[in-house]
Amino acid sequence: MGFPDRIERVLDLAHPPEKVWAALTTAEGLGTWFGNEATIDLRPGGVARLSWNSGDTAELTLERVEEPTVFAYTWRISGLPADDPRRTYVEFTLEPTGTGTRLTVVESGFAQLPQEAHDQAFGGNTTGWANELGELVEYLDAS
Amino acid sequence: MPPESGTPAAPDVEAVAEQVFVALADPSRRNILAALAAGGPATATDLANRLPITRQAIAKHLTLLSDAGLVTAEHGERRRVRFRLQSAPMQVAQQFLAALARDWDTDLDALRKHLDT
Repeated sequence: MGFPDRIERVLDLAHPPEKVWAALTTAEGLGTWFGNEATIDLRPGGVARLSWNSGDTAELTLERVEEPTVFAYTWRISGLPADDPRRTYVEFTLEPTGTGTRLTVVESGFAQLPQEAHDQAFGGNTTGWANELGELVEYLDAS
Repeated sequence: MPPESGTPAAPDVEAVAEQVFVALADPSRRNILAALAAGGPATATDLANRLPITRQAIAKHLTLLSDAGLVTAEHGERRRVRFRLQSAPMQVAQQFLAALARDWDTDLDALRKHLDT
């Protein structure tokens, strides 16, 4: 299929899982290699915030915190409008190898559609500005 | 029975995205979509007055865009048909672009460097 729902990368790192885990899950680590600054509340349901010198920010909702093997979160799909509800799921898996750590990163959910967008894209009701302006007109007419 | 697909929604998503990219591949259609996005619903005549495209060519492009679900025709007064941009297919295509723009390679190179120092 041509539409990528899932991005996957595997890295062999010459460092023990504990050190890789710290890079992925501490404010110091995330704020160095990922963003320019970071904060993290390291627990399932906790939030990590990343910011970049460019002014970009990202908010990660932590889903899995299983030291030192699985770290996972969801975040907004970068490049979509700020009010788009769709999020992708990112999972880091750490496996010890003889010489260090095999790190697998999977980001999935790019091909998902929320029901509302699905209805619109595939011939359901049309919503958006047309409806909102229509509602404004009705509101003004009624008052 | 058709063979099971791993991700049932994917073929539809892909078909919608493809129609968007086919539509955007043509400069005249990009102009028409841009004019509808910027100025709201318009008739073929409005568009012909605003764009350096003939009325006939505009009608042809609007038919294609309408078949693809990227614009819808609205029948108004005095048999005037106005064309309105549909944003949902564009949102599907945006997701395709977002997947291509997601740059894990640069991030993971940075992670490797961070660990090595």
